[in-house]
Amino acid sequence: MRAKASSPDKGDSGGMGKQQPNRLPRGGRIDRSQPLTFHFNNRACQGYAGDTLASALLANGIDVIGRSFKYHRPRGIMGSGMEEPNAIIQVGVGADTVPNLRATEVALYDGLTASTVRGWPGLDFDLLAINDFCHRLLSAGFYYKTFMRPGALWKWYERCLRKASGLGVSPQLPDPDRYTHRNAHCDVLVVGAGPAGLMAALAAAKSGARVIIADEQSEFGGSLLYSAARVAGNSADEWLGKALTALADCPEVVLLPCSTVFGYYDYNFLTILERCRDRPAEPRQGLSPSPPEREGSKRQGEIRQRLWRVRAKRVILATGAIERPLVFPNNDRPGVMLASAVSHYIHRYGVCPGRRGLIFANNDSACQAALDLAAAGAAVAAVVDCRAAGPGAIADAVEQAGIDVFRGHVITGVTGRKRVRSVQVTPVSADGKTLNGASKTIACDLVAMSGGWSPAVHLHSQAGGGIAWSEAHACFIPDKPGQDNVSVGAGNGSFALDACLAEGQQVGLDAARQCGFEPVPFSTPKTVSATVNPLQPLWRTPALQSPERSPKQFLDYQNDTTVTDVRLAVREGFQNVEHVKRYTALGFGTDQGKLGNINGMAALAECLDKPIAEVGTTTFRPPYTPVAFGACAGMDVGQLYEPVRKTPLHDWHEAAGAEFEVVGQWLRPWYFPRAGEDRLPLPLTKKAGARGAETGGEGGDRRKPFATLSLAAQAPGEASAREDLPEAVARECLAARNSLAIMDASTLGKIEVQGLDAVAFLERIYTHNVAGMKIGRCAYGIMLGEDGMLMDDGVMARLGERHFYLTTTTGGAAGVLHWLEQWLQTEWPELKVYLTSVTERWATIALVGPNSRKLLQGLNGDIAFDQADFPFMSVRSGVLAGFAVQVFRVSFSGELAFEINVESDEALALWRKLMEAGGQYDITPYGTETMHVLRAEKGFVIVGQDTDGSVSPVDLGMNWLLTEDKDYLGKRSLARPDCRRADRKQWVGLLSEDGTTVLPEGTQLVEANTPGGRPPRLPLAALLEGSRLVGKPGRARGRARPIPMVGHVTSSYYSACLGHPIALALVSAGRARKGDHIHAALSDGRYVKVKIVSPIFYDPKGERQHV
Amino acid sequence: MLLIKCPWCGTRDESEFSYGGEADIARPATPDTLTDAEWADYLFMRKNPRGLHREQWVHAHGCRRWFVLERDTVTYRFSATREPG
Ligand SMILES: [Zn+2]
Repeated sequence: MRAKASSPDKGDSGGMGKQQPNRLPRGGRIDRSQPLTFHFNNRACQGYAGDTLASALLANGIDVIGRSFKYHRPRGIMGSGMEEPNAIIQVGVGADTVPNLRATEVALYDGLTASTVRGWPGLDFDLLAINDFCHRLLSAGFYYKTFMRPGALWKWYERCLRKASGLGVSPQLPDPDRYTHRNAHCDVLVVGAGPAGLMAALAAAKSGARVIIADEQSEFGGSLLYSAARVAGNSADEWLGKALTALADCPEVVLLPCSTVFGYYDYNFLTILERCRDRPAEPRQGLSPSPPEREGSKRQGEIRQRLWRVRAKRVILATGAIERPLVFPNNDRPGVMLASAVSHYIHRYGVCPGRRGLIFANNDSACQAALDLAAAGAAVAAVVDCRAAGPGAIADAVEQAGIDVFRGHVITGVTGRKRVRSVQVTPVSADGKTLNGASKTIACDLVAMSGGWSPAVHLHSQAGGGIAWSEAHACFIPDKPGQDNVSVGAGNGSFALDACLAEGQQVGLDAARQCGFEPVPFSTPKTVSATVNPLQPLWRTPALQSPERSPKQFLDYQNDTTVTDVRLAVREGFQNVEHVKRYTALGFGTDQGKLGNINGMAALAECLDKPIAEVGTTTFRPPYTPVAFGACAGMDVGQLYEPVRKTPLHDWHEAAGAEFEVVGQWLRPWYFPRAGEDRLPLPLTKKAGARGAETGGEGGDRRKPFATLSLAAQAPGEASAREDLPEAVARECLAARNSLAIMDASTLGKIEVQGLDAVAFLERIYTHNVAGMKIGRCAYGIMLGEDGMLMDDGVMARLGERHFYLTTTTGGAAGVLHWLEQWLQTEWPELKVYLTSVTERWATIALVGPNSRKLLQGLNGDIAFDQADFPFMSVRSGVLAGFAVQVFRVSFSGELAFEINVESDEALALWRKLMEAGGQYDITPYGTETMHVLRAEKGFVIVGQDTDGSVSPVDLGMNWLLTEDKDYLGKRSLARPDCRRADRKQWVGLLSEDGTTVLPEGTQLVEANTPGGRPPRLPLAALLEGSRLVGKPGRARGRARPIPMVGHVTSSYYSACLGHPIALALVSAGRARKGDHIHAALSDGRYVKVKIVSPIFYDPKGERQHV
Repeated sequence: MLLIKCPWCGTRDESEFSYGGEADIARPATPDTLTDAEWADYLFMRKNPRGLHREQWVHAHGCRRWFVLERDTVTYRFSATREPG
C-alpha cells in the first residue's frame, strides 16, 4: 500500500514568479511549500516538489533542451511522459551520472544537476548544425552509403559519429547505489492505473483476487490527472481520490507507482522496474564522491530501483494510448507540443508552456488543450482542424471562449528556429489531400497538435498477441491475445472515458472469475460525455512544395527521420517495413518508435500505394523503456556475484601469506611467497657462462638457478612471454623434487560410486579395465565424450567389490557428476548404481617428495608405508597421528607422494601436525603454480589447459589407457576417419633453442621457413584492421605473407629443476617430428626457434615415484 | 520464463532446470558394428522441428531427476511429461 498521497496545493508561496515565468499562480499537483533548486547546463533554476525536470524546465521558460540526432536542429520538450523524443538528458555527475534519461520522467529533487546529451560542443553554438543545411549528404541510409568505404576507416568514423550524435556519457565509476529484485505471484496484474486500469483493479480486488497494479507515473490516475470530465458527480480528481482509497482498502492489493512494466515473457511472467528513489543517496560523511569506492561497499540505506519478477494468472493491459504528432513542415520546432502534454503541464504541474497557443488537430481531443490554455490565462490564437465539419459539441465551448475555429484548414508552415513565432494556415479539401485556398499567417509561440491516438500495444505484442488495423480510429489495436491477458481502455482503442470505466470494470470482474473468485459487481460510475465528431486520418499535410523541396516534415524526432527519407528508401527499392526501418532508423533509439512509428507506416503506405494494414508494423521487443544495468544485476554484484569456495585449510594459507588464484569457484593457494622473495620479471636470460651449469641442486643451493638470472634487455614495447615468475615457485618446485613439499588438494572433485552394477557402469564410462582392478588398488582413469574427445581425468580407487571412489578435476566436479547421472537415469536406468558427491566431506593433503614416506613413518598409526606393503597406485585406510584417514599412493609430480583424505573438520589439525613433523625435512607448502610446473616436467596433462574439447586420448599419447575388448563412451568415435588423420595435432614437448625464452601459452607455432625470423612488414591497412600477422592469406601485394600454422603452445613454464624453460604443445603430426625445429610466432612479431621433444622432460622412465 | 512441470516436484521456474536435448535417441547396442555414417547419425544429427518436440530436461536445482517433455517450439507450450527410460 504505497500509493503516494496527492498533495495539490492551491496557493502560491510567492517570490518565484521571476525565476519561473511560465508557472501559473495556482493549481497543479505540486507542493509550492517545497521550492527546489536545480542546475540545467550550469544554469541555476527553481522548481517545486512534485515537478518533473521537464515541467520545471518549462516553468523556467527554457525552450531549447537539446539538439537533434542527425541535423542538430534545436529541439524542445514535446511530450509529458515516456513518449518524449527530444528532451534526452544526462543527470548527475561522477558515479551517479545516468545518461539518456527523458526529462519528462525525472522527478525533480533539490540539487539535481542535468545537462543536454545532444549538442556538441555547446547547445547555443552548435557546429554541427551545418548538417541541417547539408542534409542531402545525410539522407536515409547515410550510415551505409557514406561510411562503408574504406572499411578500415570505419572505426574513425564511428568515434566521430558517436561524439556528434551525442549518445550521452556512461558513468566511469562503480555504481554506488543499491538495486534489488523481488519475485511475486498474483491472481491479476493490472498494467496502467488510468481510468480503465483502476476500474479493473477495483473490480478484481473487491471480488477477492490478489492484485498488483503498476503505473509508470508517480501518481495513479492516468488521464484523470488532467481531465476536465466529471465522474459519478465528482470532478475527475475527487473521483480518483475516492477510487484510490477504495483500492487501498482491499486486502491483498499491491500498488506500484513509479513502476514500468517493461517485459512480458512466456507463461505470464512480467518484469516491472520500480523507481523507489529517484535521487542518488547522499555520499557518506567524510568521503568525497570522486575517488572510486571499493567494489561491494555499496551505499547504505534505501534501494534505488527494484526489479519485480511477477508471475500472474491473468494480466489486464490498461496501457493507454500515445498521442500522435501531425506531420507538417518544421513540425519539430521548439514550441510544437502534443496537445495532451499541454493539458498535462497546466493541470498537473501548474505550468503554462506558452503565451499564445494554437491548436492543430484531426480529432476532438485536442480542443481540451484550447480550453485549458484559455483557463490558464493564455491567449489562444486558433483551433485549426483539418476536418471540414470541425470538432463536435466541444466546438461550442471553444467558440464561447472567443477562440477562432478554422475548420477544413491545415498548418503548411512554421516560422521561428529556436521557438515557434508563427504558423501558416491554409484551407484544405474535404479529403485532406489538396490545398484549396490562400494561406494566412497566425502569430503564436505554442502549437498543440494531435494526430489521433496510438494504443500502447507493446506488451500485448510482446506476449505474442497479434495487432489489427482499425479504420475507425486510424490506429493499430490489439487483436487475439498470445497469453492469458486482455487489453482494455485506450490501449484497446476505447478512447472515451465512459467506455474505459465500463470496460475496465467488466474485465476486472471476468479476471476474478477466471482466477476462481465469485465476482462482486458494483455500479459503474457515470460520466458526462459530449458528442464527438470522428477522427479524420491526416498522415501528412499537403505541402505548398513537393516533399523534397519543402522544409523537413519529421516522422521520428529522435532519429531525425523525415517523410523524404521514407520516400527515398522506397525509391531505392526498400519496401518491407522492417527494411525501411533499418534503412531510415525509423523507430530506433530509446524511443523505439513510440511517437513516429504509425506516421512512418503511413508515409510508407502512401509511397507504396497500399493500405496501412498491409504495410504492417515492426516487431515490439522488451524492454518497453530502457532499463539500467544496475537494476538487471540487482544484488548480484561484487562479493555476491558468485559464491567463493574456501577449503578447510584456507585460514592457514592466508596466515602463511599465500597468493590465491580462483579455480572454478574455489580460492586456491597459488604460491607461498616468503619475506624477501622477489617476483622476478621475465624474460629471463642467463648471464654469459652460467648456461647449463645448474640442474636441480641440493638443500641450501635451491635458489641457485635464480641467482644467475637477470633481466634481459628489453626493447621498448616488446611484450614479454610471461609477465613474471615468482621466486617462490622455484623454491617450492625444488623442495618437492629434493626433500618434502605439501599441498592442499581438497578442491579435487570426489565421487563415491556404490551398487550391484558399479563395475558394469564404470566400465562403460572409463576407458581402462575396471573389472580387473583389485580391491585396494588405484588407477588413472580418463572419460571421453561420445565424440571421443577427452572430457575429464582423475584417479579411481577400488574400495570394495561394489564400491569405488573417483576423483575429478577441480573445475569438472559438478559437470562429471551431472554427466554420470544423465547416463544412469536416461540410458541405463536398469543399472543399480548410486553416486554421491563427497568433495566437501574430505579434505585432501598431498605430501610430495623423497622424504614423504619417512615423514609418514615417523607418525603414530596403523598403516604400513613401506614399498612392499603400500605399493604405488594403491589405497589404504587407517589411523594416522590419531586421525581416521584414507591414504592414496598416487603422484601428480612424478615423485614419491601420498594423498591423504581426512574429514574436513579435522584437516587443519592434521595439516599442522604434518607441518610440525616435517620441520626436519624443511617441509615446504606449495600452490597451484608449482603443481603445474611439476606435472609439466613429467608431461602430465591438465584437462582444460592442454585440451580444449577437440583433443582425443590418441592425440595425447594415451593409447595405453584404451581397452580394446570392451565398449565405452566415445570408443567408436576414435575409429572415425577424422580421428585417425595422420596430421592431427599431437601433444609434444618444446624446448626454446635460445634456452631462455618462456613461450607465452597460446602462442601459434609455424614451420621453420619464416623469413629470417623477422616480422613481415605491415601495410597501413593491415594495422588499421588489426590484421593478424600469421596465417592470413596474403592476396594483395604488401600484405602479411602466409606461413603454414602447425599448432599452438598449451602449457609453458620455467623449470627451476631443469634450469631452462619447458613447453607443451599440440603440433600437427608432432610425435613423428621429434628433433625437428619449428618457430613460435610471438604476438610482438618475433619468432623463437623451438625443438620438438618428448613431453616428458624429467625422469622419463618414471622411477622416482616407484621407490 | 517458462514454467516446467517436474514429474516429481511439480511446476517450477525454468531457471531450476537444465536442458538435455532431443529425447528418444537410444545409444546403439553395438557401436563397433555401425558404419561411420550410422555412428555419425547417432552422434551429430538432431531434429529441429517447427512444432512438437520431445526433449530431455533435468531438475538440476531441485530433485536432480531427468524426465522427458514434449514442447511446442512455436508456442513453448508443454504437452506431456514423463519419466525417462
Ligand atoms: Zn524435481
